[in-house]
Amino acid sequence: MVSRISSDCGRELVVTLTAPVSGLHLNWLPVKDNRPKNLDLYTVRFPLPAITSILHRISGVFIFAGIFVLLWLLSESLTSESGFRNVQEWLAATPVKLVIWAILAGLLYHLIAGIKHLVMDMGIGETLEGANIAAKLVVVFSAIAIVLAGVWIW
Amino acid sequence: MVRNITNFGRNGVSDWVIQRVSAVILGVYFVGLLGFMLLSPDLGFAQWQALFSATWMRIASLAALLALCAHAWIGMWTVFTDYLTEYMLGPKGTVLRFVFQAASVLLIFVYLVWGVQILWGL
Ligand code: HEM
Repeated sequence: MVSRISSDCGRELVVTLTAPVSGLHLNWLPVKDNRPKNLDLYTVRFPLPAITSILHRISGVFIFAGIFVLLWLLSESLTSESGFRNVQEWLAATPVKLVIWAILAGLLYHLIAGIKHLVMDMGIGETLEGANIAAKLVVVFSAIAIVLAGVWIW
Repeated sequence: MVRNITNFGRNGVSDWVIQRVSAVILGVYFVGLLGFMLLSPDLGFAQWQALFSATWMRIASLAALLALCAHAWIGMWTVFTDYLTEYMLGPKGTVLRFVFQAASVLLIFVYLVWGVQILWGL
């Protein structure tokens, strides 16, 4: 079925199986499994595509929470002239700037890695080499975007 | 056999497609909104409110809001069903997964109602 390994070239630990096959893990349970597990993070190799993949997941969960802050700001900024000024004032404070920068960074990263994901879903660059190049592009583009977002906020 | 009933669409393929369509909608919306803010450095209240009360923008914002709800539902479901499982955590895995999914669905619902209120409560 749908799995993350398809577009990240089998290089990540997490294999996401969606509904039709997700019951499978239940079937593993009754089997007594005595094989050694190798989940020692110091011996598992984490190539770049694995890192960009897990960061995409972490950033997704992070912005899901961050939307709360964004909706709050949007709500206040649209209520009235003075609400709008309140938001401007809040955004002038460094801690608020840091929070907004973090949310924007998460969003920009998730967006750029997400675009990579969609491109690879279309079958473009679905090779070991392609995955490595794409992961590097994601790092470079999102680093630039995140720095620019910081410049914009300050 | 269907064992999992908390996913968003009817099956994994429909979830997969919905997640991709919603991703594109969200991407276009956020890039557009950021672009607008970048191109209007001395944005004032009047211009800001005019933007969000325009019908086309309400359509776009509501589309983005609905896309967000579907996208986050599927996304969080995927994450929870990967880590909060019996395989990883024993019997309490199922309970924890249910609790976390219920919490995220609740938050999604709050976003939906709140978002609609922001857009139409002007
Ligand atoms: C704005 C709010 C957004 C939120 C809260 C959000 C949240 C999430 C979450 C929690 C996941 C699950 C992560 C995983 O399974 O590893 C996810 C997956 C995904 N997101 Fe987003 N996302 C948002 C915007 C976007 C945008 C703008 C794109 C643009 C391309 C995007 C593209 C994707 C894709 C392609 C996946 C599927 C990943 C997979 O199948 O493994 N998302 N998102």
